[in-house]
Amino acid sequence: MGELLLEVVTPEKVVVSENVDMVVAPGSLGEFGVLSEHVPFLTGIVPGELRYTSGNQKESLSVAAGFAEVSNNRVSVLVNAAEMVHDIDMERAHRAMERAKERLSKDRGTEDIDFLRAEAALKRALVRIKVTEGAK
Amino acid sequence: MATLRDILRKIEAVKKTRQITRAMNMVAAARLRGAQARMEGFDPYAAKFAEVLGNLASRIEPDIHPLLIKKDGLSRVALLQFTGDRGLCGSFNTNLINMAEKWINDQKGKGISCSLTTVGKKGRDYFSKRDFDVIDSYINVYGSIDMSFIDQMTKVFIDRYMADEVDEVYMIYARFVSMAKQEPTLVKLIPIEPPKSKEEQSVSGFAEYLCEPDPEGLLVELLPKNISVQIYNAFLQNETSENAARMAAMDNASKNCNELVENLTLVYNKARQAAITAELMDIVGGAEALKKA
Repeated sequence: MGELLLEVVTPEKVVVSENVDMVVAPGSLGEFGVLSEHVPFLTGIVPGELRYTSGNQKESLSVAAGFAEVSNNRVSVLVNAAEMVHDIDMERAHRAMERAKERLSKDRGTEDIDFLRAEAALKRALVRIKVTEGAK
Repeated sequence: MATLRDILRKIEAVKKTRQITRAMNMVAAARLRGAQARMEGFDPYAAKFAEVLGNLASRIEPDIHPLLIKKDGLSRVALLQFTGDRGLCGSFNTNLINMAEKWINDQKGKGISCSLTTVGKKGRDYFSKRDFDVIDSYINVYGSIDMSFIDQMTKVFIDRYMADEVDEVYMIYARFVSMAKQEPTLVKLIPIEPPKSKEEQSVSGFAEYLCEPDPEGLLVELLPKNISVQIYNAFLQNETSENAARMAAMDNASKNCNELVENLTLVYNKARQAAITAELMDIVGGAEALKKA
């Protein structure tokens, strides 16, 4: 049981809320690690892999953009989306990637919401795939 | 007096209507559960967000970002108007539309022009048919929204604000108070009221935050996000409210159907009895006449 309370919160639900020993997260200025008694810290989060260890257990999850706050031994990560690696469906991620790529190549000329959304979807899918492969 | 068969037919018709309203009631109940769960799932995020923003705001100049600064002179406002996509939910849509229309007319009275962005079919239909400036409308989006979609919406508003096309941005949505009460609510989105920092926090959390990239840079990212969070919240609340309103309306309709069926059955039985009595009178009369002959 660690002394750090890690909370990963998305608009849909609380993904993680548990005591851990160490957190490593993708900050906007590079990856950073947090141990207990870390100074108060606030940063943006870029899409990538968030890892944490509690005891012998290592977990990792893929996170989308957002930000994180560290204070009083509490790490709050607020992101648009987060998924535990063992929950990621590789097949689905690959399909999502293909779909997004197809959409991007087809109507590149039109700059509308769908285009931006497809781009965001592609980024998400890529991060998911990368994080999952890295964990193996 | 209606004939027996007419009444029977009417009773059947009312029963069929009741079947439909009951089904709609159950559908609304199921949707409500989903919407309410999403709404509750969003709460921790919104609470956490407000906390972080408050923390950050307590340590920097309040007028560092253009989204925080009030513009001088107010002549154009934008309104983000929520309604449902469907009717049959009592006065839900009407309440929202009435509030918006009254508000817009108030603004016009003050010489302020108002442009509309509508969410939901009902609002779009109402406002686009009348003399309103509807720039944008989203329909059939409830249930399929996510943060990136909302961020897009927010960006449109911020861009318009920055390009000096509007001076203020508001939204009207139905706040979910309880199953029985949904309240049309007006909220100012831009300029953002300087987030209040809590007193106690500035005392206990006096330790300086380390910020990456820097407080200003973070605020630039967080402020638009703050608007997104509010819009997202409005979406969820409005969806929940709509389903709650529909559930109540359909429940009422089913009850009214029951009452109608009861009354009609009474009328039917009376008519049936009257017919039997009349027939009996005929027979008795005929028998009497035969006896006398």
